[in-house]
Amino acid sequence: MACSGSSGCQSAGGCSKIEATRQQQQQRVSCVKCKASQVMAPGAAGEDGRYCPDCFRGNLFGKFRFAVTSNSMISPTDRVLVAFSGGPCSRVALQFVHDMQQKAQRNFDASPDRSLPVFSVGVAFIDESSIGTGPLSCDRIDEAVIKEMETLVSCLSPPSKKFHAVPIQNVYPSADKEERVKELVQGVPDDTGKEDLLLHLRMLSLQTIAREHGYTKLVLGSCTSQIACHVLSSTVKGRGYSLPADIQYVDSRWDTPVVLPLRDCLAQEISILCRLDGLKTLELQTGHRPSSINSLVSSFVKLLQEDNPSRESTIVRTAGKLIPFHFNRVPENLDGDIHLASRHRKKFQVKSDLSIPTESFCSICVSPLKKDNSMSSQSAATESHTKSGDFAALCCSSCRYQILPSDAVLLKEFYTRLPHPITERAKDGQWSLLRERIEDYLLSENGG
Amino acid sequence: MENKLFSPGERIAIGASGGKDSTVLAYVMSTLNRRHNYGLDLFLLSIDEGITGYRDDSLETVKRNQIQYGLPLKVLSYKELYGWTMDDIVKMIGLKNNCTFCGVFRRQALDRGAAMLKVDKVVTGHNADDIAETVLLNILRGDIARLSRCTYITTGEDGPIPRCKPFKYTYEKEIVMYAYFKKLDYFSTECIYSPNAYRGFAREFIKDLERIRPRAILDIIKSGEDFRISTTTKMPEQGTCERCGYISSQKWCKACLLLEGLNRGLPKLGIGRTKGPHNCGHEDTNLGSGTNSIESKQCGSLDF
Repeated sequence: MACSGSSGCQSAGGCSKIEATRQQQQQRVSCVKCKASQVMAPGAAGEDGRYCPDCFRGNLFGKFRFAVTSNSMISPTDRVLVAFSGGPCSRVALQFVHDMQQKAQRNFDASPDRSLPVFSVGVAFIDESSIGTGPLSCDRIDEAVIKEMETLVSCLSPPSKKFHAVPIQNVYPSADKEERVKELVQGVPDDTGKEDLLLHLRMLSLQTIAREHGYTKLVLGSCTSQIACHVLSSTVKGRGYSLPADIQYVDSRWDTPVVLPLRDCLAQEISILCRLDGLKTLELQTGHRPSSINSLVSSFVKLLQEDNPSRESTIVRTAGKLIPFHFNRVPENLDGDIHLASRHRKKFQVKSDLSIPTESFCSICVSPLKKDNSMSSQSAATESHTKSGDFAALCCSSCRYQILPSDAVLLKEFYTRLPHPITERAKDGQWSLLRERIEDYLLSENGG
Repeated sequence: MENKLFSPGERIAIGASGGKDSTVLAYVMSTLNRRHNYGLDLFLLSIDEGITGYRDDSLETVKRNQIQYGLPLKVLSYKELYGWTMDDIVKMIGLKNNCTFCGVFRRQALDRGAAMLKVDKVVTGHNADDIAETVLLNILRGDIARLSRCTYITTGEDGPIPRCKPFKYTYEKEIVMYAYFKKLDYFSTECIYSPNAYRGFAREFIKDLERIRPRAILDIIKSGEDFRISTTTKMPEQGTCERCGYISSQKWCKACLLLEGLNRGLPKLGIGRTKGPHNCGHEDTNLGSGTNSIESKQCGSLDF
């Protein structure tokens, strides 16, 4: 009985005492998965301490691969752009995407006629030094850093990857772009608002790169810990309605769908992997301002995580139970006309379950607006009758509060400084709002 | 206040602990009732947990309020309901999990008291800070069912006696200031049986948030109201306790389970996600129990 089962002991005399004690000792230090190698850090708290390095790596990559395959994030014909900040999360995302690509390439090389084509990968770095966030703002990102990243990316080949380093002010086409972006961010009175606006500008930049170079997917390195922080800070900012839009594996609100393959990986695991594999990271982003909601939330989450190592996952899981939006999956046809098409379809098949609900989006953060929320903003719009006032009416209440200046004159100034794509978004929004308002009449005409 | 919470002729019990929230609530309710002829029959309802040096003092405050506002008072004690005072319970189980007992018992006691007074509704002094805290805690605990209902202004409408929270949108600060300027007579001491540390985490976080951005508290409540929660999310079925007839999703209600544990000398019974004799196989024991501690306040200076 004693030697049957897991021990696999075949000695005729049964298990000797020595054997048993040796096994016990081994159990204490051997990996829970392969039971052969030693654990990375015996006695370390949490799950990670129970794996050997190989199993740990395999486990983490497994989570990544599962996220990618089960949500069909990357297809063979895709051109994938990985957003790289220099930090550990995006570094690991880049590494994993590379590993996956390499494997696909090997398969392809083995039998080129039978296997699927290999997706291509590019890397984008957004240089935000011109805006100057945080205390280390004056640190200019010099050529050397960009060079370092370039070498890092070039080391990840074959297959070779294109590297795009783009300063954030490139959201403006004009010559004085550096000044304009600086003024724009400085025009935001609230510290949290500044940070969030920067986040939206970053996404705009990434989307621009993706569009200009024909990428079809944008990979972000957001890990469980960051998403948990996002859940809480969105709740605190009153964005409970739009929250589920941001935390899914796939978000195809954008021209280039955004995917989060590291959604199930903890920051702690990621930093262990970086250490283990000697993945080089460059800490450039200076983090949050001390007086922002975001920094308060992340220190709170850190505290909770220390108290209970599964807290971050619980937070993400809770928020994961909220109903996602229709755009939180990979679109079937990538022609970009989904919204238009759905609207047409809706007109004809009102009762059909297939009809995708039309959503209006905030012009700044592109979060879906709750219906009654946009109603109240409509009344705000009719009051003002200015371009900037109309614009404000098309933003969510959170952006209106923390990003837009409340003073009408300052708001006008702020509006003129906004990059073209954002104001353009607002114009689209206005049309769809108008359409929505008169839709009932259109329908009744059709019916009659 | 005009959230269709009350209609004329209703009998309303005010959960009164002697703390600032319930004192202000009692004051405001009785004043408005008189001034605007709401036509409500108001009662004060207090629960005596049997905590020497804390509840006995705060009950004195409630008794003074009874005279000051001219409202009839009903006091129910754990001793007479359950045969145990909190002092006894703490003596037996120590300072761990004692708040679970207190919270579960208090909630049921409040309902029983309300039934005795034959009231139509119970109002409690939960303020915006409390609700925001509960929203956060439910996210942290992964409790989607409670997350969906913790922001309702009125809860338990399907039950015998609905409870509502008229101060849902009132900052704690405002209540303190109101009590201060009106020189209301209230009792402010923390419960002597250490307050829940975990809830303390969240409370501190909310205070920090308020410092940076006061409206964050109301924003949290707004988020809580706006969360897209599927109505088909598995909600616990409501039945009645086989023992005492109180609403419960299990065979026995939480209070009976805890009480059984106390009487049999097994105080761990019913705490945490136990697979006890009466609920084996039910995964969400905690989620389903008819009583809950998360919706009650940090046991301490506050009220029910």
